Amino acid sequence: MIDFMLLFFLVIFAIAAISMKDLLSAVMIFSAYSLIMALVWMRMNAVDVAFTEAAVGAGITTVLLIAALSRTKRREENSPQSEITNSKSIQRRLLLSLITVIVTGAMLVYSTIDMPDFGDPDAPANLHVAARYIEKSYEETGVVNFVTAVLASYRGYDTLGEVVVIFTAGVGVVLLLRRRKEQ
Amino acid sequence: MFEIAAIVIVLGAVLVLYRAIKGPRVYDRALAVNVMGTKTVVLLALMGFIYERPHFLDIALVYALITFIATIAFLKYRETGGLD
Repeated sequence: MIDFMLLFFLVIFAIAAISMKDLLSAVMIFSAYSLIMALVWMRMNAVDVAFTEAAVGAGITTVLLIAALSRTKRREENSPQSEITNSKSIQRRLLLSLITVIVTGAMLVYSTIDMPDFGDPDAPANLHVAARYIEKSYEETGVVNFVTAVLASYRGYDTLGEVVVIFTAGVGVVLLLRRRKEQ
Repeated sequence: MFEIAAIVIVLGAVLVLYRAIKGPRVYDRALAVNVMGTKTVVLLALMGFIYERPHFLDIALVYALITFIATIAFLKYRETGGLD
């Protein structure tokens, strides 16, 4: 019941965000969309993903989009293309792209039928190395929490690479957004 | 009891949804997003008790600490025309 309500909110917010002409309003509605999305993650017990969605999706992304708006214009302009859309060839092209999107979506939905049920203990993801992590990680690494053991010990170099990537991205954003007093 | 509270919160969220889409001013939408953040926090706490995971309460507290960032950025933009 609550899942259906959350998904209903998601669809309404998504349609509202793409149909809004005022870009600042679209950004605000996108922020609300991320909050609902975080609730959906939470409903699936993915607490860390929900945190990331709330902090990055609802928080940082909104700030970045508003920063981009402050450097450009606030309103979406009617491009001259809207007059051409009445012509036959453009309409045919739009119809073709709509059919492509619907067929691709239908194929993706069809492929989810083969997936294991949500939380299924016999799913391939739960049968591979998860059992060994749960049983042996304390002996092998001495870390009490086995999620931390996987991230910081078994996949230590992977995590180091991720941290380097995120640090570089952060430095890039700071360099782009810093105050330009000198100019 | 918690279920009734959750249903009332969701009904309130429908009203907020209407205000967020209808507008008409951008301030209405900013207020709607802010109220939606508060409703998310309360709904999260209620969901924790409904599904018998009371430690969701801590997560709801952290949510309450980060949901205001968007509103602050919006108001700063409206006041000065930028984020500097």
